[in-house]
Amino acid sequence: MLKNRIIPCLDVKNGRVVKGINFVELKDAGDPVEQAKFYSDGGADEICFLDITASNENRETIIDIVRKTAKECFVPLTVGGGVRTIQNITDLLLAGADKVSINTAAVKNIEFVKEASKKFGSQCIVVAIDAKKVSENKWEVFTHGGRNKTGIDAVGFAKQTEANGAGEILLTSMDKDGTKSGYDVDLLKEITRNTNIPVIASGGVGTLDHLYDGIVKGGASAVLAASIFHYGEYKIKEAKEYLNSKNVSVRL
Amino acid sequence: MNVTIVDYQSGNISSVINSFTEVAKGKVNLEVTSDIKKINASDKIVLPGQGSFKSCVDSLNNINGLVDTLKEFAITKKKPLLGICVGLQMFADIGYEEAETKGLGWISGKVSKIDNQNGKFKLPHIGWNEIEIQKESKLFKDIKNKSHMYFVHSYEFIPDDKSVISATTDYSSKIVCSIEKENLFGTQFHPEKSDKTGLNIIKNFLDL
Repeated sequence: MLKNRIIPCLDVKNGRVVKGINFVELKDAGDPVEQAKFYSDGGADEICFLDITASNENRETIIDIVRKTAKECFVPLTVGGGVRTIQNITDLLLAGADKVSINTAAVKNIEFVKEASKKFGSQCIVVAIDAKKVSENKWEVFTHGGRNKTGIDAVGFAKQTEANGAGEILLTSMDKDGTKSGYDVDLLKEITRNTNIPVIASGGVGTLDHLYDGIVKGGASAVLAASIFHYGEYKIKEAKEYLNSKNVSVRL
Repeated sequence: MNVTIVDYQSGNISSVINSFTEVAKGKVNLEVTSDIKKINASDKIVLPGQGSFKSCVDSLNNINGLVDTLKEFAITKKKPLLGICVGLQMFADIGYEEAETKGLGWISGKVSKIDNQNGKFKLPHIGWNEIEIQKESKLFKDIKNKSHMYFVHSYEFIPDDKSVISATTDYSSKIVCSIEKENLFGTQFHPEKSDKTGLNIIKNFLDL
């Protein structure tokens, strides 16, 4: 039986983890390579890096981090943030990423998703959708880290990404992100019901019950979380044991 | 010992290189190449594969003499060869991804899309799934039945001769996820992405 995945996400800015773990086991809590290793040793099913460096000049920094991490972590590694061109994807994959996550560039031009999945295979193309609720059961796609409104319907766009070869959807609720009040389960339900590719839930996790809700109520195939792991509130293993105790199948 | 990872310009093989490098450390001489002379001179071959069946077969055929060299290595000389993901699928006679495409024809059978039972099962089959060991295989030394492996695929290899199947995984049906036929080994899952258990499988192949 296919297991539900737990994916810790590391926000990286100028080569350093922004929201870092403060575990005593770590020598340098700001080092993304060391944190990735910590999570993969702790049972993370995948690792996700989100490069939030604003400028393009620093692409080499994230590539170097990916290169070092890939030599030490033998679970899938997804990298997102600023992926705009085929060359960006080639560079990340050559450095050792297994998947790339495309956000703004996919909204701007869906053909880019098509081109990328044709060239590299759907298995390594994740489309990240940032959605915000605009009315009852209606969500809109936002870009640029949630700053720009696009007027595009989130459900329609999700279907479009699937039709153009996306292998997975990383769905973040802009309303819930950072609130620790749980995923937007209605949004998740709507997207998972209307697509046939795996959906990764993101935005809003504050407790282990929220992970349960994302999978069981929202229909997500994987749950992504940042702060509950970074600040040491929970370890990956605890999250998995909790889900397992509630009959949600995970890799233990 | 010389082990060659065949780099035929199809898909991303960085993770394969990284994990084999980790396991091979100091014991095995690892080459990543499509150079026919080097392939001929190696003791073992790893054939990775990402992307579609058709694109992988096309890429193999694009390198002059590569298919014949691999055939001589695996079929005539019967030296150990491990196919990973589409690398395994290409052992088949025929594949149906993108377009009907002839495979290497080393193990008779076909590669078809997983039956998603009208959308009940999401495709690709992505993530960690348990393997059910069907027969003793050298690849599974010290590997427990029901171990978790990482999968990413939408197509499955269906061999005619079921005795080559060494493990299956449950997703919509019992999907063939590992085969062993004499010197030919293949995994549908990605040992290079399957954490310590995956590295153990790589070690078992290198230890052959």
